Amino acid sequence: MDLVFVSRLQFALTIAFHYIFPPLTIGISVVMVYLEVQHLRTGDMLFKTAAKFWTRIFALNFALGVATGIVMEFQFGTNWAGYSRFVGDVFGSALAAEGIFAFFLESGFLALLVFGWDRVSARMHVFATSMVCLGSIFSSIWIVVANSWQQTPAGHHIVQMVRDGQPLSIDGEPVLRAEIVDFWALVFNPSAVHRLIHVWIGAFLCGSFFVMSISAWYLLKRQHEQFAKKSFSGALIFATLASLAAVVSGHFQANNVYQYQPAKLAAFEGHYETGPGDMSLFGIPDNDAGRIRFNIAIPGGLSFLVHESFDEPVAGLDRFRREDRPPVVITFASYHIMIGLGMAFVGLTLLASFLHWRGNLYQQRWLMWLFVFAVFGPLVANQVGWVSAEVGRQPWIVHPPVEWTDNGDLVVGPEGVVVYDENLGLRTSNAVSPSVSASQVLASLIGFSAIYLFLLVAWLFVLDRKIRHGPEPLDRAPEVEVIDKGLLRAVTGRVDHDITSSYPPAEE
Amino acid sequence: MDWATLAVVWFLLEGALLMGYAILDGFDLGVGILHPFVPRTDQERRIAINAIGPVWDGNEVWLVTFGGALFAAFPEAYATVFSGFYTAFMLLLAALIARAVSMEFRSKVEGRGWRRFWDWLFFGGSAVATLLFGVAVGNAMIGIPLDVAGNFTGTLFDQLKPYPVLVGLMTVALFAMHGGLYLYLKTEGDFQERLRDWLWRSWGIFLVFYMLTTMYTLALVPRATSNFERWPWAALFVVAGVLAVANIPRCLHWGQPFQAFASSGTVIATLVMLFGLALYPNLVTASNDPANSVTIFSAASSPKTLTIMLIIALIGMPFVLAYTSIIYWVFRGKVQLDEHSY
Repeated sequence: MDLVFVSRLQFALTIAFHYIFPPLTIGISVVMVYLEVQHLRTGDMLFKTAAKFWTRIFALNFALGVATGIVMEFQFGTNWAGYSRFVGDVFGSALAAEGIFAFFLESGFLALLVFGWDRVSARMHVFATSMVCLGSIFSSIWIVVANSWQQTPAGHHIVQMVRDGQPLSIDGEPVLRAEIVDFWALVFNPSAVHRLIHVWIGAFLCGSFFVMSISAWYLLKRQHEQFAKKSFSGALIFATLASLAAVVSGHFQANNVYQYQPAKLAAFEGHYETGPGDMSLFGIPDNDAGRIRFNIAIPGGLSFLVHESFDEPVAGLDRFRREDRPPVVITFASYHIMIGLGMAFVGLTLLASFLHWRGNLYQQRWLMWLFVFAVFGPLVANQVGWVSAEVGRQPWIVHPPVEWTDNGDLVVGPEGVVVYDENLGLRTSNAVSPSVSASQVLASLIGFSAIYLFLLVAWLFVLDRKIRHGPEPLDRAPEVEVIDKGLLRAVTGRVDHDITSSYPPAEE
Repeated sequence: MDWATLAVVWFLLEGALLMGYAILDGFDLGVGILHPFVPRTDQERRIAINAIGPVWDGNEVWLVTFGGALFAAFPEAYATVFSGFYTAFMLLLAALIARAVSMEFRSKVEGRGWRRFWDWLFFGGSAVATLLFGVAVGNAMIGIPLDVAGNFTGTLFDQLKPYPVLVGLMTVALFAMHGGLYLYLKTEGDFQERLRDWLWRSWGIFLVFYMLTTMYTLALVPRATSNFERWPWAALFVVAGVLAVANIPRCLHWGQPFQAFASSGTVIATLVMLFGLALYPNLVTASNDPANSVTIFSAASSPKTLTIMLIIALIGMPFVLAYTSIIYWVFRGKVQLDEHSY
């Protein structure tokens, strides 16, 4: 069994499961801020009930995000020691900044957000919600910066390690690592901003489709209709804008990928031979034949995407040695699924917005059913988007630079293929932990699979119960703002918040 | 600042993060360890969980930041430790996941079996995580076999020697006592009365392990005290630790629970300081060949990175202390369950 393969599989599994939650929490936190601000502005209790309902869902998702997130931080060291030694100086600072700036902010104010409804003023509560939202956005910044640096490294230099004042060599080989030269160049490395915007859009799509899914279900069941319509229409605006923005942002990213990781773009598009490129809409890449089978393509589409001209040549996979090419089938398929889903979001949200404008959106039961299940769209799109970005980066874990001639051709070696400078990047195969055996990783992989499967089932079960339970009915919510809890209690004699009435008696 | 000074500063900051984590999440883990023993009814279990409900997540961030800062400031040590203790870290992750989700899931369904299940997972996660932290500290004290590149060359059984296991058990007793004292501050009535007996019990158990560990360390781990020759004043930590341990029963007797809690926090703080002192200047000691040890100077990042990180820490930490104070202030006093509680 291959240590590199099982290590990659474990990373893929754990990051994929973790990445269900951050986009949902980022997206939902924006919705909560909106609802609470609306409540403060209008005094309409419906907004507060809605905010409380989404907070409960948020807290559940957040807990799973935290529990599965710590795995990610530890795994760089446990499974990727070679990588950690190479990039720690650069990558570690982004990760530490994430802890200090983002996680403390999120986790601190989360307490007020979830448990503080009756303990702090409404204004303070909105502030806490905004800080949680900000914290979750901050954390996405640092981790995406770190990831982008692996794709398009900048602001660093590669030097031989120094130990006790002497350059370090082991077995005659110099030990190299990346060190920061310019912190801001590192933060704003060439793909960071594009990727970050795309990640945010993905999170907004997740959050808004999630809200629409639950709202649509209530509308179909004729429950909490007022609440559901308010949530749905707010989320729909958000989703429509995000869907359109995703297309634009995707276009910019494709250009960036071509410039810095041309092998990845060629794999995205199944572009085997250098020359004018078509944009494949559907097909199955055949590596042996070097072409796409069952291809349905827009002629010249790829050239247009890259050069904004239909017949300019685009560098293909033939410019790279076989061992320097990413796995084409996975990259191609995941990329195309993402694009297809992105187009479907545009169509679906525009149709729904049109019907909403016409005033008969909520009568379209088929469309509401479609929205109930449409939440899987953004969840899957987020996953496959990352799969294409990460598998497309292979065989590198830190991608070395490529060079271009003045007339837009790749600089190639005497054999007509790109000769990467091995010292300026790091191969995934050199990044694993030498002290860990494949069987140890297999055991932990099986363990994680079992735990995560169990968590997934428990999460869906609890989520389903929360959705069935629904928001608190309006008449149960207090009709005046709580100014002084004690006073209010004395005046109205409400015992709602008392454990004796809200919860079953003690069991023993 | 020059490179060596920066490395020492980051060693101290890592120590501060570890200390913050051990004191703060220490009581969360302790509440988990006491979970099957002290609370008797569902309501009491809810009180126990809600005592740490608003704060445990923030407390765990100290560990996350400790790990992130270790990665950034001492990448060689991070890589060596995390890959060297692979199986232990995987168990630790499973335990921390169990601890985190059990609190969240438990409260969501009222079935008796459901709650029992998550209660046990909450206990198991907390106890196993604590034990592993202690075992890791014990191993760091005696060292592990490393090759010249800093990679661990032993087997899992090299990490389960009697000394690390003893330190692990002491940590479980220490956190149980610490968590009990915290819970004592957050509860009232009959529950609090019962907790009293457990405080005495956990203090007694801790005392036994504390003395055993101290004797073992003095007798068989020469590194532990070698730095005392250089800095004789470090012996004050030992004295402070012993006094703090002795102060706990005095406070319990005279009804000063907050002072008792502060004392158990001090015990943890002194133990972390002694641990740091025993390590210095190593981060990971090679038990086979001292030349292979990972020291703070051989493992450190470039001076540029250490400086940037220092700036990040100086900007960030005041904020962190501010939020932490706000949260503890808002949720001060005895636990009150309401519709938003776990």
